[in-house]
Amino acid sequence: MAILEVKNLRKKFGKTEVLKGIDFTLEKGEVLSIIGSSGSGKTTLLRCLNFLETAEVGTISVNGEKIFDGEENKRYKEAEIRKNRLHFGLVFQNFNLFPQYNVLKNVSMAPTLMKMDSPENIEKHARALIERVGLTDRIDHYPCQLSGGQQQRVAIARALAMNPDILCFDEPTSALDPELTGEVLKVIQKLKSSDSTMIVVTHEMSFAKNISDKVIFMSDGIIEEYGTPEDVFCNPKSEKTKAFLNKSLEGIM
Amino acid sequence: MSEFLSVTLDLLNGFLSTLQLFGLTLLFSLPLGLIICFGSMSRFKPLRWLVRTFVWIIRGTPLLLQLIIVYYGPGLIFNAGLLPRFSAALIAFVINYSCYFSEIYRGGIESIPKGQYEAGQVLGMTKTQIFFKVVLLQVIKVIVPPMSNEIITLVKDTSLARIIAVYEIIWSAQVYIKMEGLIWPLFYTGAFYLAFSGLLTLLFGYIEKKLSYFRS
Repeated sequence: MAILEVKNLRKKFGKTEVLKGIDFTLEKGEVLSIIGSSGSGKTTLLRCLNFLETAEVGTISVNGEKIFDGEENKRYKEAEIRKNRLHFGLVFQNFNLFPQYNVLKNVSMAPTLMKMDSPENIEKHARALIERVGLTDRIDHYPCQLSGGQQQRVAIARALAMNPDILCFDEPTSALDPELTGEVLKVIQKLKSSDSTMIVVTHEMSFAKNISDKVIFMSDGIIEEYGTPEDVFCNPKSEKTKAFLNKSLEGIM
Repeated sequence: MSEFLSVTLDLLNGFLSTLQLFGLTLLFSLPLGLIICFGSMSRFKPLRWLVRTFVWIIRGTPLLLQLIIVYYGPGLIFNAGLLPRFSAALIAFVINYSCYFSEIYRGGIESIPKGQYEAGQVLGMTKTQIFFKVVLLQVIKVIVPPMSNEIITLVKDTSLARIIAVYEIIWSAQVYIKMEGLIWPLFYTGAFYLAFSGLLTLLFGYIEKKLSYFRS
């Protein structure tokens, strides 16, 4: 069974339709990249999955359980939304670490508030996650003492601390200097080998090609192309995909 | 020398009354300001409009006038009895300063990036947890400088209570003008204000330094 199934998801901002019916499925352990130009709806799609935006139409199911249905969206109570969104983790473009807490507290605070485990176990888990993103030597540092790449790695550890079924990345390297993107991409790459299910919205084409099991190319609020990286990058069927890929590759040449 | 001593003791006595007005005003206006702030940020438009109009009136008229209205108003308009002078002054100060504080709070709260709330939401925190665990300390850090400004202004504004004959340090100095023709005790009051606001400046500097370990 698919870990995630999205059906006919639609979202409007005022009169502008940003998502015009999105359908896709994701298997456990798969990595899905979403590419496309700015304004194509990639980020909105991710924010709908994380309940930061509410879609008007469509359904979202995780592990076969329907956690969102546009028809009933008025019915959802805050506590229910809070519970449902924990299926997903989100790593933001601008990290959004909590500036007043050090690395350890940033990672362990939410599990502690949620009483997910005993305080000792939460701290142990947090330390392990911080080690996984390679920041053990910075565990007492505050976000303002870290580079952008380090901050984003903390943000990844913080998202993992809630044990999400699916971890989402919203352009995780777009706010970073070019020389810092590598360390973040490496961490994401490492997560893939540890069997995490991930959705990555990105502009890093070569990264998307290397890491993904599936790639979605979005344009004007619809999925223009969907398939394996080979399908989308090497044999794109749609003209829009071709044009987009040509443009993105031009930058490198 | 004994004259200086007795003047100092009298002024000190007056200044205690000043400090009382200062302290009680803060005690009530700091929390009331937060309530007004939430009102002025309310999503319910009529409430927001009402609160903002009220803040506009209070910030747009002299505190001196407000003191007079609170003290004499009830008697003139409703034929009610006069409030005790000190209570009337306290009410006027609390209303006036909560309005100013509410705007400082609003500025502080609105300066926190949306991403901080969203980060809390995505981690499953409740609205209350996000406010107290994520936003509050960042707001405090932002508002310490403008708040210290406002609070130091309050120290000196208490002297306006003189207009409705509240006993405070200026009053205690004026007694010497009337009774003994001495003007210098009035000038001497400045030293008391200066010493106290110096103390507050140090205190706020300390708080600012304590909060300088992080940057929003």
